Amino acid sequence: MSTTEWPLWEVFVRSRRGLSHVHAGSLHAPDGEMALRNARDLYTRRQEGVSIWVVRSEDLWASTPDERDSFFDPAIDKIYRHPTFYDVPEGVEHL
Amino acid sequence: MNPHADYVLGLADDALITAQRMGWWISRSPQLEEDVAMANLGLDQLGQARALLTHAGALEGEGRTEDDLAYFRDERDFRNVHLVEREQDDFGVAMARLLLWSAYQTELYAALKQSADETLAAIAAKAVKEVAYHLDHASHWVERLGDGTEESHVRMQAALESEWPYLAELFDGDWVDPALVEQGIAVDPRMLEHPTLATLSRVIESATLTVPEVGPAVGGGRRGLHTEQMGYLLAEMQHLTRSHPGATW
Repeated sequence: MSTTEWPLWEVFVRSRRGLSHVHAGSLHAPDGEMALRNARDLYTRRQEGVSIWVVRSEDLWASTPDERDSFFDPAIDKIYRHPTFYDVPEGVEHL
Repeated sequence: MNPHADYVLGLADDALITAQRMGWWISRSPQLEEDVAMANLGLDQLGQARALLTHAGALEGEGRTEDDLAYFRDERDFRNVHLVEREQDDFGVAMARLLLWSAYQTELYAALKQSADETLAAIAAKAVKEVAYHLDHASHWVERLGDGTEESHVRMQAALESEWPYLAELFDGDWVDPALVEQGIAVDPRMLEHPTLATLSRVIESATLTVPEVGPAVGGGRRGLHTEQMGYLLAEMQHLTRSHPGATW
């Protein structure tokens, strides 16, 4: 093992056209180009993807469990935000 | 073996022995991520070797399978070049060799895509995409190590110097029957030298390294004359199948 640890990267893979990139995992790499290549070797070796994004883990800002109440609970009783009051025409599959 | 089968067997053995050497890196790479990368590259080479060995066996016409050819031939019957068979327990050397090897294979398979041997052309068409990635992987490492620290620069240059003498054997045309080249089945190895060297110069210069000026090694792999390390490699690769013939998972 090397003595200096490479930075950590988060990997996002789009499985096929039309879908979004989804978080696949993380890995170590010295820079972005190598991170892309490592991601290709680690996360797309069974044809899982058609596109890869990598981003330095330290550049991601994440919500914390402590903030759960203030972030997410206020949405619980706002049922009018869900489009459940519309009549859906027959035969519409992807709504 | 007839010249056609012998030619395909040479290409097959190159890929097979490369795969075996790449596999050594699994669990020994500088990083876990590189372990997987080396395994992938090795498996690509193994896939090429299997297709080529099967084809060589069919061309020979004596019923030998890919396993017969891989596991039940002795050292003198292997046709691979010396570049791929020697030990590589230094990561810089491994990347230098992969650079030389993949630059050559990229030109080889690109040319073989037009082979009059349709099976060989199909194998080459699939493999050319794989080795393009191998070249990309090696280039990125050689550039980072060459243009890295003072220490990595010195070691990467030394690695290139250690592999360079074995490059010449790749372009030795003597082992290929001229009739095969005339019929459009084989590629004249000499035609691959110029484009391969152009690729190598470009990568080496962008890595702030110097193209080595060292003479060629003796060679002889195409005639079954191998280095001392070949015997050890074959012993490890073949012992299981030979100890337990016909064993399956």
